[in-house]
Amino acid sequence: MSKKPTKKQEVETTGHSWDGISEYNNPLPRWWLWTFYACIVWGVGYTIAMPAWPIFKDGATPGLLHSSTRAAVAVEIDRYAKANEGVEAKLVAADLTAIAGDPELADYTRNAGAAVFRTWCAQCHGSGAGGNAGLGYPNLLDSDWLWGGSIEDIYTTVQHGIRNTEDGDARFSQMPAFGRDELLEPAQIDQVVQHVRKISGQEYDAALEAEGAVVFADNCAACNMEDGTGDRAQGAPNLTDAIWLYGGDVKTLTETVTNARFGVMPSWSFTPEGGEPRLSEAEIRSVASYVHGLGGGE
Amino acid sequence: MSSTEPSEPAPLYAAREPVFPRRVKGNFRSLKWVLMALMLGIYYITPWIRWDRGPALPDQAVLLDLANRRFFFFMIEIWPHEFYFVAGLLIMAGLGLFLFTSALGRVWCGYACPQTVWTDLFVLVERWVEGDRNARIRLFRQKWDAEKIRKRLTKWTLWMLIGLATGGAWVFYFTDAPTLLRDLFTGDASFVAYTTIIVATATTFAFGGFAREQICIYACPWPRIQAAMMDEDTITIGYREWRGEPRGKLHKGLTPEGQGDCIDCMACFNVCPMGIDIRNGQQLECITCGLCIDACDEMMDKIGKPRGLIAYMALKDEPNERAGKPVISVWKHILRPRTILYFTLWSAVGIALVAALFMRSPIEFNITPARDPLYVVQGDGSIRNIYTMRLRNKAGKDTSFRITVLGEHGDQAVKGLHLIIEGQEANLVTAPADETLTQRLYIEADADSKLAHEDRTELRVWVEDVNGTGRVSVETVFNGKEDH
Repeated sequence: MSKKPTKKQEVETTGHSWDGISEYNNPLPRWWLWTFYACIVWGVGYTIAMPAWPIFKDGATPGLLHSSTRAAVAVEIDRYAKANEGVEAKLVAADLTAIAGDPELADYTRNAGAAVFRTWCAQCHGSGAGGNAGLGYPNLLDSDWLWGGSIEDIYTTVQHGIRNTEDGDARFSQMPAFGRDELLEPAQIDQVVQHVRKISGQEYDAALEAEGAVVFADNCAACNMEDGTGDRAQGAPNLTDAIWLYGGDVKTLTETVTNARFGVMPSWSFTPEGGEPRLSEAEIRSVASYVHGLGGGE
Repeated sequence: MSSTEPSEPAPLYAAREPVFPRRVKGNFRSLKWVLMALMLGIYYITPWIRWDRGPALPDQAVLLDLANRRFFFFMIEIWPHEFYFVAGLLIMAGLGLFLFTSALGRVWCGYACPQTVWTDLFVLVERWVEGDRNARIRLFRQKWDAEKIRKRLTKWTLWMLIGLATGGAWVFYFTDAPTLLRDLFTGDASFVAYTTIIVATATTFAFGGFAREQICIYACPWPRIQAAMMDEDTITIGYREWRGEPRGKLHKGLTPEGQGDCIDCMACFNVCPMGIDIRNGQQLECITCGLCIDACDEMMDKIGKPRGLIAYMALKDEPNERAGKPVISVWKHILRPRTILYFTLWSAVGIALVAALFMRSPIEFNITPARDPLYVVQGDGSIRNIYTMRLRNKAGKDTSFRITVLGEHGDQAVKGLHLIIEGQEANLVTAPADETLTQRLYIEADADSKLAHEDRTELRVWVEDVNGTGRVSVETVFNGKEDH
């Protein structure tokens, strides 16, 4: 109400005074009070409409609106999966070697493949695909491939895995444990290690190496080839290059020849009975294409 | 106060005292009308100004394209990584407010604040529908009869339309205006657009129509901050108490002996949109809009007294004049270390921003070396480093760039170094128009080269527009094999 103001409106103070500055005790506006009450009403209404009270063993009160962020995420994922159906169908139908040249497929596999890689492959091969040399997880960025680095080879490796027992089509080979199974004398092992040092361009003991060359030709050349360049058909590594899966020093090489190595990779097309395959065909193609595009692909 | 009488405790809550500002004429009122027209005009028209940027880019002069993360302002285009321009503008706005507040008090509040401008517009509508102050007070007290319902509904409808126009104009800043206008009517506009319009309409309606001065007094933090920037030299609204008091009515058109110039006509109070009496001195409610000055001057003219009983003046002026000291000029009030400092800071930020704007390179890119792994040993023993390059093509058309890697200090090539671009034969990449190209690069050092065995080698990567003269570079690093 518009009333005439007094000359100087006298307002009580709270009685507090700091350095002569006292505090007015003005009343709060009433609409503020109503706003406060409205917030309480809103709060009560919200707990009725939305999931709120965590009183059940397996969750909270669902709320009348049955809102769920988890369900919303599922809807979003479905929406994206639907949106990707076209390009995924195209990817599954495409020739593997044609993926990199098709801008749409290249773009899709670069992103989808990276997502698959980070989810399923990074645990062993590292998030940057650099592998772990000491533990025998291959580096996927370099120029060396045990089972082949073409897009088809990588695809097959991802599809069936290596030396696993779950997939009959898994890539398989086994190096004999020359020391443990007493196929070679310890002295012979020392000799053949020196030969491997030589062919890989490292320092070696010439006296031992001469004998080692003979041991190599008799025992190793069948798989690793006479010149030691390996055989991709059976996953036999190239021993002449600068890349080592376990290590090229004398101690590691001795261990490798003595007890052999048996690296395993899961099968990603493996389908448990009555279940879904671990990765769909489109996912396998995506991640194969992604790995192929990391710089080492042939 | 007598000590025997127990005093009633003050109420905790008080109802709002409605304010019915009376119509007023004068210089400051006219200035406010002009500024209102200007600012509303800018607000409503800006999104409709067109600006040709070629086929790949929108042709709206001012556009905040949130979906594509671009900000267009006439010839200026800001990308997300250049957000410091926005930060700089906000700093300038802040310093500008400091400057104006310390020099001219709450001039922003009184003339330019949207709350003030829209409230002014809403009061104008209210006056058209319900009449001036006295008629409005009468209507306020009136029972809810047909006349009151009719007038209130008319007023609220007009307010709602203004609110709708306000909220409606807001969304045009964020997407192509003509397209959005059509979509709004056909129902094809986005959910966000409709929600924004509804929220902006509702807040305009409530804030301009009902909350009004309550927003300034209770909701807005800015007046409280401003108090820290004002001092006794700040130009604000003052009442010349030495001249006005003791106030009293005229007798037969004359001021009785010993009485001041204030005739207690309440004109200053009646026109005040904040509902305060300026004769009580500067108060936290006052937005220094100057309407009380217009009202008082009009009255002084009528009774033949000099203007300026209420005027824009500094706090120190009133006691100064009372003591009969010489008048301090406005410029002396305004030009003081504080305002000069604010102005210097404000200009420095402004000049820095303009300089940054004109020194922006047409080619922008960065190179991120991969850290996982730092390097890759190739079969032949050479060392490969992996890099991700992000190249922004601002040219508005697909552009090819040539990439070269040289030594840290500029031009000399590095021995045993090779650049490989993933998926490309030559050292050329093509970036699509107005997009950022992400490209994998490999730099390889021969097994016997120096940099293959150095821990770190600084390199410089150059990017050159194949057709143009533009050539820019960034530094990066090559990690060699750790030889232990």
